[in-house]
Amino acid sequence: MSSTMLQEPKMTQDGSIDPAQLPNPAAASNPAPTSVPGLGPDVARGPAALLVDRVTKRFKVARKKQPVTAIADVSMRLERGGTIGILGANGSGKSTLIRLISGLLTLDEGRVEVFGHDIVREEMAVKRLINRVSVDAAFFKKLSPMENLLFAARLYGIDSGLARRETVRITERLGIAQKRLGRPVEQLSRGMQQKIAIARALLTSPALLLLDEPTTGLDPRSKLDVQTFIEEIRTNHDASIVLTTHDLDEAERLSDEIIVLNDGRIVAEGSPAALKRLVAERHGEAPTMHSVFMTYTGRSLDEDVEAAAEDDE
Amino acid sequence: MRAEPALPQGTHPMTALTREMKASYAFIERNFFLSRRYWGWEIAFLVYSAAGALSISLIGAQAGDPRLILTLMVGAIFWNYLSVVFSWIAETISIERWEGTLEYTMMAPVHRSTHLLGAVAYAMVYGLIHTAAILVAVVLFFPNLSFEHANIGTIAGFMVLGSFSFVGIAMLAAILPLLYVERGAQMTFVLQSVLLLVSGVYYSIDVLPGWMQVISHLSPATYALDGVRKGLIDGVPLSALWGDIWPLLVMGVVFIPFGLWAFSRAERYAKRHGKLKRVG
Repeated sequence: MSSTMLQEPKMTQDGSIDPAQLPNPAAASNPAPTSVPGLGPDVARGPAALLVDRVTKRFKVARKKQPVTAIADVSMRLERGGTIGILGANGSGKSTLIRLISGLLTLDEGRVEVFGHDIVREEMAVKRLINRVSVDAAFFKKLSPMENLLFAARLYGIDSGLARRETVRITERLGIAQKRLGRPVEQLSRGMQQKIAIARALLTSPALLLLDEPTTGLDPRSKLDVQTFIEEIRTNHDASIVLTTHDLDEAERLSDEIIVLNDGRIVAEGSPAALKRLVAERHGEAPTMHSVFMTYTGRSLDEDVEAAAEDDE
Repeated sequence: MRAEPALPQGTHPMTALTREMKASYAFIERNFFLSRRYWGWEIAFLVYSAAGALSISLIGAQAGDPRLILTLMVGAIFWNYLSVVFSWIAETISIERWEGTLEYTMMAPVHRSTHLLGAVAYAMVYGLIHTAAILVAVVLFFPNLSFEHANIGTIAGFMVLGSFSFVGIAMLAAILPLLYVERGAQMTFVLQSVLLLVSGVYYSIDVLPGWMQVISHLSPATYALDGVRKGLIDGVPLSALWGDIWPLLVMGVVFIPFGLWAFSRAERYAKRHGKLKRVG
């Protein structure tokens, strides 16, 4: 999917994506130089920030059972400076897709490129370009934010002096007082831990930032802080962003393009405005992201939350 | 801070080496931070280890045999050292899985050899300090023991060689938490206990059944303990212990590359089957 090329969602009669309508990654990877208005700094178009080409991932769950397909023939394209939002019910494959892009899962089929670097053949090059924030802010809980971030910075080859200065600067911007940087992470609130997780990712200057439900579980104030900061990253830091979320308003606010996953397949894609227009015109639904979600995943967000609660039990 | 997607086309070897060294140091520093933060546990573990070494050494005191005291003391102290080194390396993965940070570390642009080198370096420094503290405690407890024949060079040499040869086995043990999410960490104890059984830590391997003696020759601890005992009790120089040295060298040269290779295979398996994401 190209953040700049698609104006209308593309799908088949049965609601699934029509592969014939997907942009040809090979042709799209070398487009004519042009600026990308409205997607961060104007930059000459080089390789896509992210190219996912017909990716499939299956998991073998039991010895005598057929593998479960978690991601099926998914393709998308994100231009530099753009943001793609990924929507889908629990178990739709959002996090699996993020993990595939992160190199935390191997691909069964297809290929992924980050700024023209193949994630299998040029693993180290890709690792230097990406970072990820997941729904659970994972840290060494007894260590302080500063100690955790110093560790992360060193892994990415950043000197400790620079890492300390940048940690203070980024966390200040996120509203975290410097005195809190020396306390164990376990003493910080969930919202604050998530902000530290975002700071950890930003510390390494990722060209591609993978945000896997970064605001799930946060109180409204913390959620707003994080969303505002993501907008600032888009505007000021030339980062391209892949965002998965259950918050439809958040997806609409932060994403240039949205893809909807259902059972590991892309069932709809397009700009938020185009998707809303489509459900109104084709399905007679209210032109809201909620209608989009219900139409293409076959369930309401409330049902999804209930299902998640049952899973937890 | 501005994202910079352009990568340098040709990286100078020294730059790459420096980056790997820095990344390796990240694990040393982080483990130091963890030890410092868990200082209460560190003291408790030290007391536990010292008490264990003393208890075992007192068996020799009861027998009224200074040589037996020294034999048991070496077994207890040196086994403690090898156990600590083994645990820190083997727990490299299980600690991260417990904290939930494993995916972040695996995503970082760090070669696994760099990762494990950092874990090994910290393990050896930690093990030496820990063991030195226990040694002091035990020596103070037995003030009449004579170390006048001890050959420090031999003892130090076998400490280094023993660590070197143990690293590869510890790397193999680190695979277990990678593959077995829930009980992988506990499974490393099985490996450790088998090594304890067959390596002649507290007794001569001659008392073992024949088939077990064969296995004991595959354990680096067998040779390392023999060398340390001969150096400490009889003052045998390093040059006279080639029979214990070469197996340790061979094991180090074979086990470390094999451990790295096996770990990378296990990592790939874990990525194929989605075993990195779960917290044990």
